Amino acid sequence: MKLIRVHALSTFIAMLIALYAIFIFAPTERTMGFIGEVQRIFYFHVSSNWTTFLATFFVFLCSILFLLKERREWDIRAATAAELGALFGTIGLITGILWAKPVWGIWWTWEARLTSFFLLWLILLGYQMLRRVVDSPAQRAKLSAVFGILAAVDTPIVYMANRWWRTQHPAPVIAGGAGSGLDARMALTLCITLAAFTLLYFYLWRMRCELERAGDVIETLQRQLQTQGMEVR
Amino acid sequence: MTYLFAAYTAVWVVLFGYVFSISRRQQKFHEEVARLQELINSQKRS
Repeated sequence: MKLIRVHALSTFIAMLIALYAIFIFAPTERTMGFIGEVQRIFYFHVSSNWTTFLATFFVFLCSILFLLKERREWDIRAATAAELGALFGTIGLITGILWAKPVWGIWWTWEARLTSFFLLWLILLGYQMLRRVVDSPAQRAKLSAVFGILAAVDTPIVYMANRWWRTQHPAPVIAGGAGSGLDARMALTLCITLAAFTLLYFYLWRMRCELERAGDVIETLQRQLQTQGMEVR
Repeated sequence: MTYLFAAYTAVWVVLFGYVFSISRRQQKFHEEVARLQELINSQKRS
């Protein structure tokens, strides 16, 4: 079996296990009273935000490697990672909003954690727009590499926001110091969901990079035909 | 319960929408590569 199929299958199985763990294995949150079921949004919310951070880290790493080596492959990897970062950021925002309404009574508030995450999401969207407006491929790759490095600056601020400042967002439950922590079954469910999202991220990244490379092959073939004096299309 | 349902529905809609758009583009690109390759081959033959 091809490696990509093994990857797809393992992602699918991991997602099924994650869903089982979220809806059946994990206990219902008791302190939230009758809206305790809403806490189950937490597993996909945290996992999608983790994936956004992971994607932003790869944007940063691949952008630096592109500036050092100037190889198209690093530009492809950075651009596709940024796209996935925006995708998972969108999921993080949607799940966050749908959690906030029943728990806080409001959809959104401009506090440090939410605002810094929203800013990261906007930067990742801005990265996509930048790539669409710059025509020259060399200039586009260089500019987006610089932009990608700048995007990564916001990530530690998002992560530390509810540690540095008093926020509406709940205090960290993992590595949050004294008084933080999760029920053992909830922690296991979170670990499974994080693993499933990480697998999904790498699977989508791989597919998206292949798509970008296929685009390059098409451009090369079109140029080849044009140099032979043929009308393409 | 409504919010839980809405959240998980939204997640799957976003993810499936993205995967669907990637596979559609992939299909289009494969067809385009095959078409261009055929054009090049016919150019070589003539």
